[in-house]
Amino acid sequence: MKKTESKITPEQVDYVAHLGRLHLAPEEKRKYQAQLDDILKYMDMLAEAPTDDVLPMAGPVELYTPFREDEVKPSLPLEEALANAPARVGTSFLVPKVIE
Amino acid sequence: MHTNLYEKPATELCKLLANKEASSVEITRSFLERIQAVEERVRAFVTVTPDLAIEMAQEADRRIAAGNNGPLTGLPIAVKDNMCVKGRRVTCGSRILANFAPPYDATVVRLMREAGMVILGMANMDEFAMGSSTETSYWGPTRNPWNPEMTPGGSSGGPAAAVAAMEAPVALGSDTGGSIRLPAGFCGVTGIKPTYGAVSRYGLVAYASSLDQIGPIGRDARDMALILNLICSHDPMDSTSAPMEHPDFISVLDKPVKGMTIGLPSEFFSKLEDPDVDKVMSETRVVFKSMGISFIELSLPHLDYGIAAYYIIAPSEASSNLARFDGVKYGHRSAQFESMIDMYCRTRAEGFGPEVKRRIMLGTYALSSGYYDAYYLKAAKIRTLITNDFKNAFRTCDAILCPIAPTPPFKIGEKIDDPIQMYLTDVFTIPVNMAGLPGMAIPGGFSRNGLPVGIQLIAPHFQEARLVQLASAFQRETDHHLKSPVL
Repeated sequence: MKKTESKITPEQVDYVAHLGRLHLAPEEKRKYQAQLDDILKYMDMLAEAPTDDVLPMAGPVELYTPFREDEVKPSLPLEEALANAPARVGTSFLVPKVIE
Repeated sequence: MHTNLYEKPATELCKLLANKEASSVEITRSFLERIQAVEERVRAFVTVTPDLAIEMAQEADRRIAAGNNGPLTGLPIAVKDNMCVKGRRVTCGSRILANFAPPYDATVVRLMREAGMVILGMANMDEFAMGSSTETSYWGPTRNPWNPEMTPGGSSGGPAAAVAAMEAPVALGSDTGGSIRLPAGFCGVTGIKPTYGAVSRYGLVAYASSLDQIGPIGRDARDMALILNLICSHDPMDSTSAPMEHPDFISVLDKPVKGMTIGLPSEFFSKLEDPDVDKVMSETRVVFKSMGISFIELSLPHLDYGIAAYYIIAPSEASSNLARFDGVKYGHRSAQFESMIDMYCRTRAEGFGPEVKRRIMLGTYALSSGYYDAYYLKAAKIRTLITNDFKNAFRTCDAILCPIAPTPPFKIGEKIDDPIQMYLTDVFTIPVNMAGLPGMAIPGGFSRNGLPVGIQLIAPHFQEARLVQLASAFQRETDHHLKSPVL
């Protein structure tokens, strides 16, 4: 049987996982490479669709710009906004050091 | 014969409440006892909140006593676990939100509170609504009340199973590619995905924002009318919410349907291989015909591209929407990491399940440099083609009839390791979301194995009243919606 070329390489899986901020174990990488390959091969049919001169559609309704008065309304209280934080210090979210 | 309160349809419960023949506390207790009795076999809920439900019921009874009640005051409801209820636990079926307590109410939840409805608990779902079987929930699968070996469909499997098992009279679900209609069909109940923009998405945990829509699940068309009257309204908090008046859906329930034309898309019916689904569709046509409805065959030529285009658009939007789960503001955070980026990567690896990761990978790939034109842009153009197909079809018919799924309910575990087979389950429902149309699932009959088989009706934009009218007429002539599983 002729082996068809894979649509996605292990390097691309690494790259996409990094863009998607997902740490993947080696066996997960192998699984997703195979599954994405299957899915992308199924997607080949997209190329056959007659879309010359067809405009892309972002959403199903005609969007308009809803205007409203620029009124000051109460924001979420600080304590409620922080209540779900996995780590906090005082009135701030606590994150690892970003700047070296 | 004595009938338990939980067995009564929502319309009757509302009457009992209004006439003070039953209190909300009595009705709520009846459903809580039913949940206690059958939940171990169904697992429709992620969280049941009996104390809070009784509190809400007491408040409803006070309102009824004071004459300060509306048509839904005191009626219990189950809510899919992806709608924010202030102060409760809302997990979206995911580990990453396992301890999340929203600081605000979704608009639909606010409307339910204002109406005096009683929230029984949060119903199970595929993780982040990504799935067609409710198997990808972090909390484990929901069972089909008709047969515990079968899936209830997904992603709103919990809400649909809860209604089928009489654990709740009505429920709210959400539908991105069939997530209300498929489980309603698999569980033998009625459900509707309204037009995109008819119901506010404010406070609904986003999966694919251009496709997501909230809608009701209940036993019959009457239940749909009751809940649609509450939730279809313009909301300034959702900029895609349609600024329009919606009709009174109860007023169409008894309207005649004689003279209407129903379209039968050849592309849908040529795909039917399953004899049970085929039989139900034929019987359905006979019923509609007997009501004075005529049929017209029509073509939706670009339908075959629907699944492929959907599985580019939905994961693309999901990969962007789910970027917010970073372990900083809310949700799970990994205990061990070396840097900020490493914290994101490990948090998300631990917090998301396999299907969510797969869709983030697929969507990130489709949007990544060099692939955008071939995938996302192409899919967005196909979306235009599919929408135009429907627009052309509705020039010749009032509604479209087709199956909900290619087969009756499938077994738990049957498709979970084969993403493409799972995705193909939604071949008849996805095009409706792509075009933003209203679609309704109605019990249509049963398979030879005694499993429910649903039928789907589709209408033009903002014509959900026509679907309610047709379903109500169909349910006057049939009794599939009156059957319930033995539990």
